[in-house]
Amino acid sequence: MSDHIFKQFDKELKALKDKLLLMAAKVEERLSDAIRALVQRDQELAKRTTESDRDINRLEMEVDELAVKMIALRQPAARDLRFITTALKIVTDLERCGDLAVNIAERAVALNEDEQLKPYIDLPKMAGEAQQLLKDALDAFVNGDADKATSVLERDQMVDDLFVQIFRELITYMMQDPRTITRAIGLIFVAKHLERVADHATNIAEQAIFLAKGKDVRHVHTT
Amino acid sequence: MTAKPTVNVSSSGSSTALRGPAKLEVKDFDLFYGSFQALKKVSMQVTERRITALIGPSGCGKSTLLRAMNRMNDLIPSVRTTGEIVLDGKNIYAPATDVEALRKRVGMVFQRPNPFPLSVFDNVAYGPRAHGLRNRAGLRDVVEKSLRSVDLWDTLKDDLDDDALTLSGEQQQRLCIARLVAVEPEVLLMDEPCSALDPIATMKVEELMQKLVEQYTIVIVTHNMQQAARVSQDTGFMLLGDLVEFGLTERIFTRPTEKKTEDYISGRYG
Repeated sequence: MSDHIFKQFDKELKALKDKLLLMAAKVEERLSDAIRALVQRDQELAKRTTESDRDINRLEMEVDELAVKMIALRQPAARDLRFITTALKIVTDLERCGDLAVNIAERAVALNEDEQLKPYIDLPKMAGEAQQLLKDALDAFVNGDADKATSVLERDQMVDDLFVQIFRELITYMMQDPRTITRAIGLIFVAKHLERVADHATNIAEQAIFLAKGKDVRHVHTT
Repeated sequence: MTAKPTVNVSSSGSSTALRGPAKLEVKDFDLFYGSFQALKKVSMQVTERRITALIGPSGCGKSTLLRAMNRMNDLIPSVRTTGEIVLDGKNIYAPATDVEALRKRVGMVFQRPNPFPLSVFDNVAYGPRAHGLRNRAGLRDVVEKSLRSVDLWDTLKDDLDDDALTLSGEQQQRLCIARLVAVEPEVLLMDEPCSALDPIATMKVEELMQKLVEQYTIVIVTHNMQQAARVSQDTGFMLLGDLVEFGLTERIFTRPTEKKTEDYISGRYG
């Protein structure tokens, strides 16, 4: 895309993009921290991560403020307008992912106090997939890459499948021994949070497709 | 490039896609000034009781296309055209066309308000008189009705004998529209009608257009893209004599299909 005649507008668009990328990087980092704190039973890291989404929240407000300012002052049209309005939407998804990282860290704090129920194998795998989806969705968004965004929508199923698998496995633990219930439920919550992260990634991917093609692919099955 | 205008209303989210009948249809229309081709195979539809905006950089042919719609270009000797512009099913470029009658049906408002150096009353009565209306009461009715339609009656009813040139720019432009309305046209062509007005006066004229479109079909040429976005239902983007893209205004300004349109409306042209 060529430059604007009015250069200040380009600078603001870049600032908006950079803020979103920074936010996404922080969310990824917090998710990694939360999962690592659980898997490595690092209580110090877990506790630190429960209070770590303040900078993400601040970035959310900065993105909102900049986007509203640009709509008011620059009268964006076409792709610029789609970029700014979709930025306003995906910033909410990113902020939620930050909250979910905190939720996972809170679960980790509780789980780490008890004896480990089982070796964590599928959970880190699921976390890796969910994080990759989030990363790819964001990349697709900032680069206007509709193909990559479409692949995110397809790969969400993998995360859903892993969730079902983890859920079933933990139910067998609970049926065999009711003393595992607290820990098993804690782990199910972690898996559910990761599944939600992947859902937010698909929301972002849908916005990326709208940005690139001007086509709304949300809720296609309902219309 | 000869991208054909897409009168495509199927895109998602176009809730105002109900199109009425065509008032004016431009069909494969070429226009030459001597050897220079100013319009290249332009085809588009002006829909009845809608506002159609033509946008594009200086020299793109938008004013030429507007003037072609009531054959104002006839006044320039070197002009030659091919193709058709059809008004209510009849080609206005057919040899039998009565050009004076055509211009009564399709009137024009210009960039600079151009009232005659006459009284307010005589400005509005000028057209009806020229078309043969003589009796004082009849003229007075037409003047009142026309001034009311542009929201000038309440302000000027006691000053109808004042020189029109003493009015403000916005009032002069309203008066020019009233002068046009007085001959009961069907289509109003507006060539940059607000470019000599301040922002508030501009908004008032835009508001007036929303009222006029209930009764008339309007085509507006504007340099101000936000104005096109605000007032029109359909927008055509022109570049170097081509109609690059034509469609619903809300689609053109959110999801244009042509890169050239995208670049222009997002401020990347040039």
